[in-house]
Amino acid sequence: MASPGWPWEGSETMINAAAALPEILLVLFAMAALLFAVFGGKDEAAPSVLWASAAALAAAALFVGAGGRGTREAFHGAFVDDGYARFAKVTILLSAAAILVIGRRHMERLGILKFEYPILITLAAVGMMMMVSAGDLMALYMGLELQSLALYVVASIDRDSTRSTEAGLKYFVLGALSSGLLLYGASLVYGYAGTTLFSGILRAAGDGASIGLVFGLVFISVGLAFKVSAAPFHMWTPDVYEGAPTPVTAFFATAPKVAAMVLFGRVLWDAFGGVSGDWTQIVAFLSVVSMFLGAVAAIGQRDIKRLMAYSSISHMGFALIGLAAGTEEGARAMLIYMVVYVVMNIGVFAFILSMEREGEPVTDIGALNNYSKGEPLKGLALLVLMFSLAGVPPFVGFFAKLYVLSAAVGAGMAWLALAGAVASVIAAYYYLRIVYFMYFGEEGAPLDRTMTPANWIALLACAGAMAAGVVNLFGIEALAASAAAALVD
Amino acid sequence: MITLEHYLTVAAALFVIGVFGIFLNRKNVIVILMSIELMLLAVNINFVAFSHFLQDLAGQVFTLFVLTVAAAEAAIGLAILVCFFRNRGTIAVEDANVMKG
Repeated sequence: MASPGWPWEGSETMINAAAALPEILLVLFAMAALLFAVFGGKDEAAPSVLWASAAALAAAALFVGAGGRGTREAFHGAFVDDGYARFAKVTILLSAAAILVIGRRHMERLGILKFEYPILITLAAVGMMMMVSAGDLMALYMGLELQSLALYVVASIDRDSTRSTEAGLKYFVLGALSSGLLLYGASLVYGYAGTTLFSGILRAAGDGASIGLVFGLVFISVGLAFKVSAAPFHMWTPDVYEGAPTPVTAFFATAPKVAAMVLFGRVLWDAFGGVSGDWTQIVAFLSVVSMFLGAVAAIGQRDIKRLMAYSSISHMGFALIGLAAGTEEGARAMLIYMVVYVVMNIGVFAFILSMEREGEPVTDIGALNNYSKGEPLKGLALLVLMFSLAGVPPFVGFFAKLYVLSAAVGAGMAWLALAGAVASVIAAYYYLRIVYFMYFGEEGAPLDRTMTPANWIALLACAGAMAAGVVNLFGIEALAASAAAALVD
Repeated sequence: MITLEHYLTVAAALFVIGVFGIFLNRKNVIVILMSIELMLLAVNINFVAFSHFLQDLAGQVFTLFVLTVAAAEAAIGLAILVCFFRNRGTIAVEDANVMKG
């Protein structure tokens, strides 16, 4: 029996809580902000809490990105701080901070800028950081639930709105169901591997998993497929996206998707890496169904939030191709895809958040008719983002798709790459339809021209990044490569 | 003699009842919350049974975490349900239909 290691002993293999320092600091910040807001003016303090939270998230991203090197384990291996986790954490934290900033005015306008909102977003981000760092089924479950419980509440934060509460209710029921499935899988894996540590599961699975382990793997995969909203477990996504307040929708579309996808990769590689033959087929199936369902079902949508929901289902299908490949190249492609996806979504949502007509938010895509006549620059930025989402060269979205497709070909899954190419052509229809409305639509009541500076900057910066990133992807490729290497070795 | 298989069978049965309770129930959201609770408790039986037969404490520790999270989850679920009821005046499952799908 090893003696317990205490944080102050500085043991490398035992508690070693220093590896989780960013998470600990963020949680302390959230609690301090909660106390400050409760005792210092309730919702009048909300804007300052929001700015402070965004700053704290950005600072944590800087801390994580600049701080860590190599691989550190904490809490007896339950928490892993490696390049893979850090890559995901920086993406998650920056996107959460950006969403807080671009959603501020919209929340204020709806009268729902409560001080709980930024604090819940911060706690959800901590949950996501725990998810991507999980090295143990318990850490996985606790991180996932910290994220989910915070997200159920923010989905229904507009508590006087029928739509928002209904979205929260639907998200809660299906989210709890998926947690239950995941947990049942975790219990089977624990029983048949004899441990909850990923490293132990990897050893127990060896070269061939027992039937109990395979059942556990399937249940865990289904639970995680719910969280990344991969078809056929996507049914909550359109309703929750449509019903939740738009800033919350923007958040759902970005950080939680990255966290769940990266966690999926973590479980598959760290715990079941030895039996990749058992899971590549499952993931490939999820991927094909998501790509086609997302592409086909979005065609008839008039509501841009619903459309973005199906768009995200389709994009998750593409990211899953990277995992389905089961190679280091595939993991790298998945990471690149998620970063590009998040940047595109922040840009598009910065625009959607400022879609207003006579001061009232609108989400109907018909409202974009002839938009570019009055607002050529913003129209052009949205065009770039839509082309990038559709995967039209020469924008970065195309290269993200190219990486996952070539990873699939490299892994001998040419049929999967072919399916991806067909699905992206189908999906291009509805992205290009938005562009068509903007440039050639009929005359109609125009949208307001108001846009906060933050949203304007976010929209133009994201669109600019999608155009300028062709040169070298801003060096994301090398970072993703070392992150994928940290996962796979 | 009660073996591990007996426990696993009971847990699997309870879990399936919980899942079906969510999907087949068309009446009341409270029943859904109860079904979710049933699923989590089925998982707990699994964990404790495995923990006992493996002579390993990790499963029981996991159970305690699950119980704690289940309590928090029920609290949040009920809170959302109360908000929903205030807006709609009903908690019937088929009335959660403002958005299609």
